[in-house]
Amino acid sequence: MTDIATYNFAYLDEQTKRMIRRAILKGIAIPGYQVPFASREMPMPYGWGTGGVQVTASIIGPDDVLKVIDQGADDTTNAVSIRAFFKKVANVAVTTETAKATIVQTRHRIPEHPLTSGQVLVYQVPIPEPLRFLESRETETRKMHALEEYGLMHVKLYEDIARHGRIATTYAYPVKVEGRYVMDPSPTPKFDNPKMHRSPALQLFGAGREKRIYAVPPFTEVVSLDFEDHPFEVQTFDQPCALCAAENVYLDEVILDDHGGHMFVCSDTDHCEKRREAGHRGHLAPETMEPAQ
Amino acid sequence: MDIATQAIEGGFADPVFNAQTVFRAVMDAMARPGTLQPLPAFARPPAPLSATAGAIALALCDNDTPLWLDPVLQAPAAVKSWLGFHTGAPLANTPADAHFALIATPAEMMALDGFSQGTQDYPDRSTTLILQVGDLVSGAPLLLEGPGIERTASIAPAQMPRHFVEQWKQNNQRFPRGVDIVLATPDGVTCLPRTTRIKTMEA
Repeated sequence: MTDIATYNFAYLDEQTKRMIRRAILKGIAIPGYQVPFASREMPMPYGWGTGGVQVTASIIGPDDVLKVIDQGADDTTNAVSIRAFFKKVANVAVTTETAKATIVQTRHRIPEHPLTSGQVLVYQVPIPEPLRFLESRETETRKMHALEEYGLMHVKLYEDIARHGRIATTYAYPVKVEGRYVMDPSPTPKFDNPKMHRSPALQLFGAGREKRIYAVPPFTEVVSLDFEDHPFEVQTFDQPCALCAAENVYLDEVILDDHGGHMFVCSDTDHCEKRREAGHRGHLAPETMEPAQ
Repeated sequence: MDIATQAIEGGFADPVFNAQTVFRAVMDAMARPGTLQPLPAFARPPAPLSATAGAIALALCDNDTPLWLDPVLQAPAAVKSWLGFHTGAPLANTPADAHFALIATPAEMMALDGFSQGTQDYPDRSTTLILQVGDLVSGAPLLLEGPGIERTASIAPAQMPRHFVEQWKQNNQRFPRGVDIVLATPDGVTCLPRTTRIKTMEA
């Protein structure tokens, strides 16, 4: 271990971890309910995943293997710096392979590779309250959750239909957990909502600035809100990934030049790399594989 | 051994990593009700507090969490001073003030609705009950279903509270309010969060 004697294991002090751990247990016991917790200042700004980092720091142990993704990618700034943070303060093994990780901390995606029952998915959540943009007062939204009064959310979805002819919400699409609490799945694309339903993995959500923790236990009903005549639908793409030819995955649009050239590639970089290693080639894939780093 | 020694000895040998291991076992048990998450005996609390229940208290309790002890645990001064020394948790005046309750003899415990149930606005402000049970096989069988359970799970904890199935049904009906139960056996930990339903066995 390098010289980190001035920090406790996983950065947080033990009393903070106990407080967060108690909040996590309550969150698991009341699926979808946002448990208030005394969020700490972290050595990164709010909006960079301080909630997810505090949850991960409170559950991680020396035997864990951590994967961090940012919009599906292992190699973007947020993912790289959080991975480096835990390597430094907890000296844990890190990976980019979904199947090898015991804890996956994510910003706004769920990996394409199906999660298994030993794994924990930790979400970084900016605004945990699904009703916040409809009702700005915390006292009111708390009462609405207490009374299970979610009519306003249905009105919002209905107004989408009245204005656009379809439900125009594409990310942070509200879900109902175990038939009780309406929950914000964090700003994941609605493409990922079905993966939350009866997932074998434990899902934990941390919102640092808003000081809330919530959870979805494994094998829990997570239903996207919709109407009988306007059922919930996920995004579809009319072309496969340009690099690995994957279909039925979430794709990012990448601009190639200033003449309108663009391509669609997997948002999940690990999934894309694995497929290319297995010999799948999209129409824009290079002839030979670049050597792995 | 005098009380002062008993109060000081028997804590976590490695506080940071032992607390993490115990918490992960409780978290996995809470996320997968009915499964037994094995735990080594990290703590050696004075009798009648069990090693598992003592370890859970050390991992989760501190000066923010009033503790309630059942009469059997209240009686010996050593238990109170051991918990006081290692966790700093104050003792709750009434069960309804407690964040955690340690219960050594669940068969004789008071009704579940005597503990804090939380409020409709803040259902998290409820008591978590830590029950010491001898094993998970010799009692009346309970068939469990609910979040965290793929189809059904089955346990038969010994020495459970009286009329437990009926009491638990009432606890379910109070959702989102209600208590959560942690069963501390000599081998490990099993949880019954308030969402877990007990299916009546069909003959």
